[in-house]
Amino acid sequence: MSDNQLRVVWIYPDLLSTYGDQGNALVVERRARQRGLDVARLDVRSDQAIPTSGDIYLIGGGEDRPQRLAAERLRRDGGLHRAVENGAIVFSVCAGYQILGHEFINDLGQREPGLGLIDVVSVRGEGERCVGDVLGDIDPRLGLPPLTGFENHQGVTHLGPTARPFAKVRLGNGNGTGDGTEGAYNDTVFGTYMHGPVLARNPLIADHLLKLALDVNALPPTDDRWYEALRNERIAAAQQPA
Amino acid sequence: MAGNSDPLSPRAKLAVTAGKAVAAASRAAGRGSGSVIGGRVALKLDPDLLARLAQNLDVVLVSATNGKTTTTRLIAEALRAAGPVVSNALGANMPAGITSALAGSSEARYGVIEVDEKYLAGVARDTDPKCIALLNLSRDQLDRAAETRMLAENWREGLAGSKAVIVANADDPLVVWAASSSPNVIWVAAGQMWKDDAWSCPSCGGVMQRPGDDWFCGECGFRRPTPSWALSGDHVLDPHGSAWPIHLQLPGRANKANAASSAAVAAVFGVPPQVALERMYQVQAVAGRYDVVQFQERDLRLLLAKNPAGWLETFSLIDPPPTPVILSVNARGADGTDTSWLWDVDYTRLTGHPICVIGDRKLDLAVRLEVANQQFQVCENLDQAVQMSPPGRIEVIANYTAFQDLRRRVGN
Repeated sequence: MSDNQLRVVWIYPDLLSTYGDQGNALVVERRARQRGLDVARLDVRSDQAIPTSGDIYLIGGGEDRPQRLAAERLRRDGGLHRAVENGAIVFSVCAGYQILGHEFINDLGQREPGLGLIDVVSVRGEGERCVGDVLGDIDPRLGLPPLTGFENHQGVTHLGPTARPFAKVRLGNGNGTGDGTEGAYNDTVFGTYMHGPVLARNPLIADHLLKLALDVNALPPTDDRWYEALRNERIAAAQQPA
Repeated sequence: MAGNSDPLSPRAKLAVTAGKAVAAASRAAGRGSGSVIGGRVALKLDPDLLARLAQNLDVVLVSATNGKTTTTRLIAEALRAAGPVVSNALGANMPAGITSALAGSSEARYGVIEVDEKYLAGVARDTDPKCIALLNLSRDQLDRAAETRMLAENWREGLAGSKAVIVANADDPLVVWAASSSPNVIWVAAGQMWKDDAWSCPSCGGVMQRPGDDWFCGECGFRRPTPSWALSGDHVLDPHGSAWPIHLQLPGRANKANAASSAAVAAVFGVPPQVALERMYQVQAVAGRYDVVQFQERDLRLLLAKNPAGWLETFSLIDPPPTPVILSVNARGADGTDTSWLWDVDYTRLTGHPICVIGDRKLDLAVRLEVANQQFQVCENLDQAVQMSPPGRIEVIANYTAFQDLRRRVGN
């Protein structure tokens, strides 16, 4: 973070902002401001260069063709790699998560190279589309409460040795590999299939990203009663038989 | 009169009769209008029934993400100037409901039919329409519906060989792309506030440039067609350059846009814009939408908004602050079970309005409003929300099943 300003970059709203995931940027921004931080939110369209000096980069889900176009443009741009080299935090969802991996299957049914920022490879699932509420337990190393979210995808994402599963699902599919893993992360790059948006359902993940970006161990408390009420409701709903 | 003078085949007649009987039984059992179940039974007995019922009608199809029920009503009113009309006015817009509606009248000359976006291509094939009105396409219920661009693709393929006159919104790039496969298109500059589903060129994937009201793809040259009709403030401009005032009881810019498209459709059937627009004034509320009702000695205006584009248009028509607002959101099957779309709605537009939230998913709304830095109260139900609301007419905005719940509660 420079100039005492936190820079939150929302990548490609023209392509990857279809499933309400811009809510993740809104939540990060709001929770940073509640801690007295000066926040600049930068929305970067796919015909603009990715700034390399951002602190937190967020990428959302999108439809199949926009996903391919986004991967092409991000590869060509190269800015996100430089940002990660500079120590930026990246949080990605669904189509965005797949793009950050080594490769995924594009709308033409072909293997599309990703950015390789996280050690995962995605393929298309054979079964039915995974749609519905998810409940899981986040990697205990992160010290975060249970994960709640909504998944809507056909992807299956396999983790390589340098990626850790972000969570284990109790209910729902997550990575779709059958081993119950959901999402993946390394030191600074995170990926998940969860919508909801996931940071609105799990505000302490947003705080975790802020702590990493600010390099602090704790943040001033916020009044989270509506988040808590929503979490309790969704966690209970996920446990109801359909 | 063109009416259904040709007798239906015995099989078709039997199917119509059976469908009506089942619908009546369903009504008697208190299960709604029965039009869908009746239509299903009739189509089972005669799969070609919809085509048979349509063959003696001049058919208009209306499809869109938002505004199709209202526009169907406006067009039906306008065409009544030229002859009797049959229409699925209650919004049962899939093949069974449409079949049932058409079976309800043997006198009509015109069939004005609202069609669910996903069924447009098939219904167009079955009914051989004279005219198809395409208003807009945007994200809606993504957990169960097709992707928005896939719908546009589906329209484009389905309409490619159509003999129908297509009346299409020149301001929606997805609609333009869908319609431009047809040889006979009348472009209407009907506007569209929501732009976030068309930043990517539907043809080549390039980034759309949108200076002012214009739009074009910087890469492949796909661009906004020159409209022959236009909505201009409170007027419809016809192809001769005449401006006709729009007098509607229905509020909002979106309904003026619907009126402009409806006037263009009416002209296809020889009804002049002046006559068409005068008749549209009679439309007061559409399936309860826009209705002002009395409840607990308060005036409530009931507004339906199902998706981000709909909420955006709705925020633009409500009375200014400090008019109280009640928001209600459910996420049942018919709504889509994912509430993520709430985050694509800009709730900062409600700044200054006292807000109460209700509905199955009021807590999603609460978090959404908290993050938008709005003041709000979470209420158990409509009764409590009305009691908590400060004086003045209350604007009540609800998504699909939440809206049905409201109507039931207020006895509308």
